[in-house]
Amino acid sequence: MTKAALPDWQNGGFGLYIHWPFCAAKCPYCDFNSHVVATIDQPAWQAAYLSEIDRIGAETQGRVLQSVFFGGGTPSLMQPDLIAAVIERIRATWPMVNDPEITLEANPTSVEAGRFRGFQQAGVTRISMGLQALNDTDLRKLGRMHSAAEGRAAFDIARATFERVSFDLIYARQDQSLKDWRAELSHALTMAVDHLSLYQLTIEDGTAFGARHAAGGLKGLPDDDLSADLYALTQDLTGAAGMPAYEISNHARAGAQSRHNLVYWRAGDYAGIGPGAHGRLTLDGQRWATETPRAPFEWLKQVSISGDGEIARQLVPQAEQAAEYLMMSLRLSEGLDLARYHALSGVALDPRACARLAEMGMVTQSAERLMATQNGRMVLNSVVRDLLPDPT
Amino acid sequence: MTELSHIRNFSIVAHIDHGKSTLADRLIQVTGTVAARDMKAQLLDTMDIERERGITIKANTVRLEYRAQDGELYILNLIDTPGHVDFGYEVSRSMRAVEGSLLVVDASQGVEAQTLANVYQALDAGHEIVPVLNKIDLPAAEPDRIRQQIEDVIGLDASDAVMISAKSGLGVPDVLEAIVTRLPAPSGDRNAPLKAMLVDSWYDTYLGVVVMVRVIDGVLKKGDRVRMMQTGALYGVEKLAVLKPAMVDIAELGPGEIGVLTASIKQVRDTRVGDTITHERKPCTTPLAGFKPAQQVVFCGLFPVDSAEFEPLRDAIERLALNDASFSYEMETSAALGFGFRCGFLGLLHLEVIRDRLEREYDIDLITTAPSVVYHLHMKDGEMRELHNPADMTDLTYVDHIEEPRIKATILVPDEYLGDVLKLCQDRRGVQLDLSYAGSRAMVVYDLPLNEVVFDFYDRLKSVTKGYASFDYAMIGYQEDFLVKMQILVNDEPVDALSMMVHRDRADMRGRAMCEKLKDLIPRHMFKIPIQAAIGGRVIARETIAAMRKDVTAKCYGGDVTRKKKLLEKQKAGKKKMRQFGKVEIPQQAFINALKMDN
Repeated sequence: MTKAALPDWQNGGFGLYIHWPFCAAKCPYCDFNSHVVATIDQPAWQAAYLSEIDRIGAETQGRVLQSVFFGGGTPSLMQPDLIAAVIERIRATWPMVNDPEITLEANPTSVEAGRFRGFQQAGVTRISMGLQALNDTDLRKLGRMHSAAEGRAAFDIARATFERVSFDLIYARQDQSLKDWRAELSHALTMAVDHLSLYQLTIEDGTAFGARHAAGGLKGLPDDDLSADLYALTQDLTGAAGMPAYEISNHARAGAQSRHNLVYWRAGDYAGIGPGAHGRLTLDGQRWATETPRAPFEWLKQVSISGDGEIARQLVPQAEQAAEYLMMSLRLSEGLDLARYHALSGVALDPRACARLAEMGMVTQSAERLMATQNGRMVLNSVVRDLLPDPT
Repeated sequence: MTELSHIRNFSIVAHIDHGKSTLADRLIQVTGTVAARDMKAQLLDTMDIERERGITIKANTVRLEYRAQDGELYILNLIDTPGHVDFGYEVSRSMRAVEGSLLVVDASQGVEAQTLANVYQALDAGHEIVPVLNKIDLPAAEPDRIRQQIEDVIGLDASDAVMISAKSGLGVPDVLEAIVTRLPAPSGDRNAPLKAMLVDSWYDTYLGVVVMVRVIDGVLKKGDRVRMMQTGALYGVEKLAVLKPAMVDIAELGPGEIGVLTASIKQVRDTRVGDTITHERKPCTTPLAGFKPAQQVVFCGLFPVDSAEFEPLRDAIERLALNDASFSYEMETSAALGFGFRCGFLGLLHLEVIRDRLEREYDIDLITTAPSVVYHLHMKDGEMRELHNPADMTDLTYVDHIEEPRIKATILVPDEYLGDVLKLCQDRRGVQLDLSYAGSRAMVVYDLPLNEVVFDFYDRLKSVTKGYASFDYAMIGYQEDFLVKMQILVNDEPVDALSMMVHRDRADMRGRAMCEKLKDLIPRHMFKIPIQAAIGGRVIARETIAAMRKDVTAKCYGGDVTRKKKLLEKQKAGKKKMRQFGKVEIPQQAFINALKMDN
């Protein structure tokens, strides 16, 4: 079958996202849907997850699932039994690829490290660990509850338990110099197994950092020029260490990319289960955006009462699908498939905009693909705005 | 019909915030003109902008009936005059319509420059003046010092100034009594041909154009056929009323009386402040002296931010013009800004008021270009051309010389800021005319080019004196100087809306300041952008906006798609609001801020 004849989502594959909304404590920079509660009724949550898997499974019967991602919140706070039950139900619902990627986000504290064996036995194949920084001063500033040594110990346990381990670092922190980051990232690269997520600190509205920043606090954050230099340094060091960026903030050894996240960036289909989880599902030739209530107990109650955790689905018209594909695919070093974009949008990307951006060194173009250069990726929002069709 | 001896016509002269409107409210209240339940603050300032800014733009009037201590009933007509220099001519006409003034001075603040100008207008009009010290109940009040100041600065005997607190009502009955006993009654001849002054006019949604008149001689009746002597137009008087301040019909207005009429006049533009109204049949022989047509001294371009709003802007300007004959407008096309209007104003405040009203009452976002004065281009062939817009500057080879308008500026300033004020005036090419002291304040008089004043003089003055200086000006005429047109180029494209006429000696400084400012106001693009100021082909200042280096979302996963895509699309739509100059997008705010020059 030729590519054009396939439903578009099959270019990106099919993955399942499970959201666990609880954390032991909320981090000041985090704008994810996470909550801190005293006690959690894990059996009730298990029942709700299983019920949702059944519901989505019925709609997507026969599809081959390539990945599962437990995100949060802090899903390493889930009991291994709960994870095992969920994975078992998933395996009973969809056929899976031979070597499925089942990732769990973990915090590097000793409590959680003690559960890694259990997660592995439950079927988790990959750990994504939020180390965030490798020195105690910055960890405290970021509001993390673990020390660098504790993080390192948890990471070593994870590495001994799982074949695939990724970790996150946040950089472009307060008062971080190029020299500081060069040393820290070089150290991180000696630890790295096969995958690294390196995020520049972003001050988001609605977070503790956002409020402090708005009130004139958080001094010493890098300006755009230093941020750009930090980003460029990151590309140099990771590239030299054999872990080049395959996405704006994600680095991997060859073949070790996060297959689940690729589903998002390649605009595949994904089901989202849990409070505040989003999904994209193509059903009967139409693509739908799914969403669930953000408040954990509202979602739980809705699932248990009505058997359906979603709020009203929104149709995603083809033009919007094209815009989403544009925005997501240019994050990847592999870039955008011009024919696929053309088929979705009905019109080709504006050749004058592409030429202008190419002249500025922001993109390169082959017969089949458009790719953002390193300079282009650093200003990707501007590049995408230039390429988006004019609002009508 | 009231006996002349029982009429008193007066205005109130005061600086902003010295309590003019509050006193007017009190007078209305104490005489029982408006029932207590209908009172609201600043009754006479009817426009929102007037209430907000505490200024009076249109003249207004109220007729008070007051039983004095002598047992007689008097008619007191208060004309509330505009208090700003921009409306100097309107002020002078209002002043000619009354015989006396209350000079209200804040007993802690003292005399301000604006007060001075209006007092001189009142004295010019031959007024009897009763000084009133307001806010005497405030702890900071120094009535003795201020009394002395009034004598020193204005040369007015203030020993029997009336002491009041308009806010609490203290002393207000004394003011009423002083009006009756100390101000003169009007004079006039009931049997002479009708001679009435058109004091002001405005547009009323229900009545059409309403004209305020002061009868000098003769009697004006409902149904009369009248002629406006300057415009020559004939009208039939349909409605005659006095304002209390609501309209109350009246059969006739005799000498000394003030009221309003309607006469199926279509536009305020058809009326001229200062015109003489007389009967068609038995006209008076000579019109009132001192009539002047409105003269615009400051011009700027008004463009809609969204070019689709040009038609709504045209409607709004035409409708505003119905009610304000004193601004002019003509269509203008700018390469940078598209279609808009070149508008002329009586002064900077007038400009701001009109712009605010367009934005607020008609909900149109505007780009205002640099205010410009009217230059006189003396051509080599002897012709004189007026230049209202730097963009229209002709080829210099045909120009013999250029003249610019100059003003006489009067500034009152506490002496600790005197040095800063003198420096500011010198920097602005000023020539000192006078410097004297009144108590702890200096009175500085300068001959200044108007184009340096329209720029941001007032803002600078406020900032160097922490708001303690007061300022007023009058036009004094035209003078030749070395003036050039300075262009601003963004990414090598001239931005016509930013070009301006400047003095050659000031061009480098202004060019540098403008380039530096634009450098901060124009957002970084994906490429570097040169910004230049040039005279003819010669670049006199240059800055470069570095290329944007970082604009990317660090994290973007499945849950972020909808939100991030909407954000990008919103930003893209927002860019449509920016103006495109070649490859560069300039936000509207950049134009507005670039034209302010506060350091």
